[in-house]
Amino acid sequence: MLKTLTTDFELDLEADVLVIGGGPAGTWAAWSAASSGARVILVDKGYCGTTGCAAASGNGVWYVPPDPEARETAKASRESLGGFLSDRNWMDRVLDRTYANVNQLAEWGYPFPTDDEGKPYRRSLQGPEYMRLMRRQIQRAGVKILDNSPALELLVDDDDAVAGATGVNRQTGSKWIVRSQSTIIATGGCAFLSKALGCNVLTGDGYLMAAEAGAEMSGMEFSNAYGISPAFSSVTKTLFYNWATFTYEDGTVIPGASSHRRSVIAQTLLQQPVYAIIDKAAESMRPSMRLAQPNFFLPFDRAGIDPFTQRFPVTLRLEGTVHGTGGIRIVDESCASSVRGLYAAGDAATRELICGGFTGGGSHNAAWAISSGYWSGKSAAEYSRSLGEYKTKRHVKGVGEVGLQSGSDRSQTLATDEIIQAVQAEVFPYEKNYFRTEQGLTESLGKLNYLWQELRSSQVTSDKELIRAREATAMVATARWMYSSAIERKETRGMHKHQDYPELDANLQHHLISGGLDRVWVKNQPLSTEKPLSKIGAAV
Amino acid sequence: MIELVSESRCIKCNICVNICPTNVFDRIADAPPTIARQSDCQTCYMCELYCPVDALYVAPESDVTASVNEAELAQVGLLGSYREKIGWGHKRTSTAKADQTFQILKQMK
Ligand SMILES: Cc1cc2nc3c(=O)[nH]c(=O)nc-3n(C[C@H](O)[C@H](O)[C@H](O)COP(=O)(O)OP(=O)(O)OC[C@H]3O[C@@H](n4cnc5c(N)ncnc54)[C@H](O)[C@@H]3O)c2cc1C
Ligand code: SF4
Ligand code: SF4
Repeated sequence: MLKTLTTDFELDLEADVLVIGGGPAGTWAAWSAASSGARVILVDKGYCGTTGCAAASGNGVWYVPPDPEARETAKASRESLGGFLSDRNWMDRVLDRTYANVNQLAEWGYPFPTDDEGKPYRRSLQGPEYMRLMRRQIQRAGVKILDNSPALELLVDDDDAVAGATGVNRQTGSKWIVRSQSTIIATGGCAFLSKALGCNVLTGDGYLMAAEAGAEMSGMEFSNAYGISPAFSSVTKTLFYNWATFTYEDGTVIPGASSHRRSVIAQTLLQQPVYAIIDKAAESMRPSMRLAQPNFFLPFDRAGIDPFTQRFPVTLRLEGTVHGTGGIRIVDESCASSVRGLYAAGDAATRELICGGFTGGGSHNAAWAISSGYWSGKSAAEYSRSLGEYKTKRHVKGVGEVGLQSGSDRSQTLATDEIIQAVQAEVFPYEKNYFRTEQGLTESLGKLNYLWQELRSSQVTSDKELIRAREATAMVATARWMYSSAIERKETRGMHKHQDYPELDANLQHHLISGGLDRVWVKNQPLSTEKPLSKIGAAV
Repeated sequence: MIELVSESRCIKCNICVNICPTNVFDRIADAPPTIARQSDCQTCYMCELYCPVDALYVAPESDVTASVNEAELAQVGLLGSYREKIGWGHKRTSTAKADQTFQILKQMK
């Protein structure tokens, strides 16, 4: 007999649309659903407005005016980097939607700067300002927000359609249930508690919950993103390292190392420390840099380092699928998942559609969060309307299992911290995740599968541990989809670097779909539009 | 990581307790909040931005604790310095308006 710990709900609510996650994707979803007349509830693990990676960091945005030439350049520029897995129709849609919605931000009062010519400049959003504004807007639109209320599992009805979620308020301990006609997963990516800026709320919870309801992932092999940060700090902002010189301890320049060639930095870090200095930024540029990204300079100012004139040690922190491109598979233009009633947006959803297998350097991510958020909100609202009367008569049950349930068949108490350290030991090291090999991936998968069994046969003994237990479960699940997909992609494409297959293989130009919990599976899915092979050859 | 809740400055509004993304603080009746789960701090500096009276200090070290001295921090102007830089707080205007990213991207090759 299995018994879910979460049984009596102190907060029992109903909504047309439930949004899980309150970053850019979730807030845009909530706003567009509410604007189409739906009753919307948004739940967040943290506080909507400060949590998630955009709030803490800030975003360059793929904001391109509808000028055919500029649009063409924007589309062409990243296709080869992404390994030709992106889709031009989706790029067009995202460029249009992002343009419209960022202009909407200006109307709402986001204080965009003006450029040299006095024209508004809308390609950069400062995180705290942006997300404070988004919170205000969704409140105005009538969205009910539950802060500090992580979702723990999805609910499904007798026809296996998703019908809401349950969770807990992490400050009061009280449990909540939201019964909804449709649900949007906007829980961001998974950075495995690496402390990359703003990323520790991102533990893959949404992937896990979606998979338990039967959804599939896509592109999970594109999950080995690492951000450069000062070795002592969490600030993984990489733009300014464009003007950095990277050196060994003795001050000699590391050949080939640059912010674009992070693999050289990773390779060096395996043997010895790496130092950086932002000395290529002209004196005249430095005040502009401070105004563009005040948070980049925080750790330096506090540590008493002038990054323009003094070297400092750097490291690479795992950003996993936050700056990767994998996530829940999207089946159509409404941003629906493969499960009825369930939608996905932002980093929680696959971004291969617009950037293929590579997104370091940003911009596309913010644009994707805005657009997919907007569409998922609209379509989730429409879907709830289409359910009509049926909606109130549903019988629902929770579908979460691992890390959530207790019972006599579960022999051991869950050692959450140990599980987390063990999964980190498989995904953090550059030699395992950045530079992948058949042997390394196989060994890691063996350990990860063992961890899954541990989780499966353990129980949580108190409600207090539930949140961490679910995070640990989500991280192990995410790592297994990542490495199972990585082992299937026997080539080097996008950000996926396979040491045994260092070339791009034109025969492997397809998506990798993955899923499953106890048994993880991976299969090929052809691209929706074929690309000429000659172009692929040119990428290598 | 978060290192300081200033007893003398804190007005016990509990905003930091509410807004910390990783739930580091605990509210205490009639007293400043405590740093209850320091190792969960992700060094995102958001609490500093939202504290209305600059009572918090987040040290730049994200993996180890650091010892700080409130009087020194105040003296060198580090208490509330991030808030000042982004132009948040009473009678300030957001510096987002002065974002110079366009200047920087012009220099990129
Ligand atoms: C340092 C850094 C710099 C970046 N710079 C850029 C850039 O310049 N340009 C760019 O395009 N992109 C950039 N990105 C990426 C960009 O920030 C993200 O792609 C974007 O924020 C994704 O939005 P999101 O809403 O999907 O996820 P997030 O903003 O991460 O939000 C996810 C939300 O889900 C919540 N959540 C998680 N689990 C649960 C749960 N179980 N229950 C309830 N809520 C939950 C979290 O608290 C969070 O609020 C950067 C990222 C980082 C880390
Ligand atoms: S936000 Fe500042 S003033 Fe308010 S409780 Fe926290 S430390 Fe005190
Ligand atoms: S720095 Fe961020 S994580 Fe740390 S206490 Fe402040 S708000 Fe919380």
